Amino acid sequence: MEKRRIAVVSAGLSVPSSTRLLADRLTAATVAALRRRGVEAGDVTVEVVELREHARDLADNLVTGFANAELRPALDAVTGADGIIAVTPIFSASYSGLFKTFFDVVDKDALTGKPVLMGATAGTARHSLALEHAMRPLFAYLRTVVTPTAVFAASEDWGGAGEASHGLASRIERAAEELAELVAARPAARTADPFADAPSFEALLGGV
Amino acid sequence: MQFGVFSVSDVTTDPTTGRTPSEAERIKDVVTIAKKAEEVGLDVFALGEHHNPPFFSSSPTTTLGYIAGQTERLQLSTATTLITTNDPVKIAEDFAMLQHLAGGRVDLMMGRGNTGPVYPWFGKDIREGIPLAIENYALLRRLWDSDVVDWEGRFRTPLRGFTSTPRPLDGVAPFVWHGSIRSPEIAEQAAYYGDGFFHNHIFWPAEHTKRMVEFYRRRFEHYGHGAADQAIVGLGGQVFMRKNSQDAVDEFRPYFDNAPVYGHGPSLEDFSRETPLTVGSPQQVIERTLGFRDYVGDYQRQLFLVDHAGLPLKTVLEQLDILGEEVVPVLRKEFAALKPAHVPDAPTHESLVAAKGATDPRVYAPADDVTGQAPEEAA
Repeated sequence: MEKRRIAVVSAGLSVPSSTRLLADRLTAATVAALRRRGVEAGDVTVEVVELREHARDLADNLVTGFANAELRPALDAVTGADGIIAVTPIFSASYSGLFKTFFDVVDKDALTGKPVLMGATAGTARHSLALEHAMRPLFAYLRTVVTPTAVFAASEDWGGAGEASHGLASRIERAAEELAELVAARPAARTADPFADAPSFEALLGGV
Repeated sequence: MQFGVFSVSDVTTDPTTGRTPSEAERIKDVVTIAKKAEEVGLDVFALGEHHNPPFFSSSPTTTLGYIAGQTERLQLSTATTLITTNDPVKIAEDFAMLQHLAGGRVDLMMGRGNTGPVYPWFGKDIREGIPLAIENYALLRRLWDSDVVDWEGRFRTPLRGFTSTPRPLDGVAPFVWHGSIRSPEIAEQAAYYGDGFFHNHIFWPAEHTKRMVEFYRRRFEHYGHGAADQAIVGLGGQVFMRKNSQDAVDEFRPYFDNAPVYGHGPSLEDFSRETPLTVGSPQQVIERTLGFRDYVGDYQRQLFLVDHAGLPLKTVLEQLDILGEEVVPVLRKEFAALKPAHVPDAPTHESLVAAKGATDPRVYAPADDVTGQAPEEAA
């Protein structure tokens, strides 16, 4: 069986954070859904990128134009993944600046065609459509394939029993199924090598 | 091995005094810096080309011609000449002129330029950067290597029976380097022609340099110009030195923290770890520079950036003294001892003429505009 890599990007700022909690729930459900499709847990690698740990690295990258040694493995994890779980808190009606900065420094062509599951958290469910009006266009621009279900969790969703938390569990389940379906249906991701893929000079000259 | 300095030609406020030099002052200063480079025993001075403030160097051949008139030995080069937005005809003419006036002490480095708005100012499009570099350089080679050129391409009006004048000195075009930070296409271009490849090697992690140089060397061999370790490689580098390492760090930090390009971002310490920037004692610069060889192999040209970010002229001249007195003599000796005999030096006009044989550079075009006669009729 081919190995699959899931990259989890979590932009939560507190430790522990509800954003990370949602990311972990989505990840566990995705791994389980992949297993139901014949991808054993041993064949799935999960790499979690906590953006808080890279806050300064990301600011440096904006200024210098390159990722430093701490940030490079995080970018490689995401650009080399078979599927991405991206979760952000909603700030001022949209994804957080830190979350956006991470996807600003990823090469704009590096995520083309990759399956993405989006998640977001906030204090109130009134923010939930930010997933659809802000986050989905970002991933559309990056030409990723986003699951139809995006998962939003407000504070009330984490509250014990009742309809709200039950609803969250079923949304997580549905979204994870959708992501697993997309990942399992694709061949494992190959990392592009700009040097191996470089055109010969004859091809370059022929192109002008 | 050649050692020298290259200038980005920025006009930047000195953050320690708040004083901004005028363009007039910086232009005079850069001439002083070039003359000082020769005086302290460096081999090369290279000047950038920019068409937007805060840079002053729009016309490098003018400046280099003036420097040529006041120096004896110094090799004059560019960092870089814009092969995308300049008309290759004008590059061919300007640098052949400079070559004659400087007695052959001229080479140049091709670069694409990364400032989007500059392209349309010259009727070009940055999205065509690579095709422009490929086609324009192909034409430039023809203009230098053939007396009479017929040409048709995508990016300029066709040429019929065109002769670029003056013809290159002794019939031998200036040596060309191609500079690129991370476009394999440009390393491929350098390899195809057997030209030099220069990596900026400042502002960027050494990993970029290593991969680009490896690729260039492999393709140089593929195209039959020699073994991979015989390819012609140049590197940049950025240094600031004082006798005591901590003095260098303390003095350079405000310039670093406010510098164009990387200022207000990473700390001096972080950036020194991530890139080849070396701030410290002359001995630290010697050790770091010798270490470049570990990831690019034996190379032919090392240029240092010493005059940017608002550093005052006096400080820059002190840096050149330290380079000339304490750093470069040691580097010359150490690099020479390490270099195997089959690895060539950087080409010069003399070595190119020796390899090719000087040819009569006079043109025998079928007719000229003044008399309308072919030379044989006029005779």
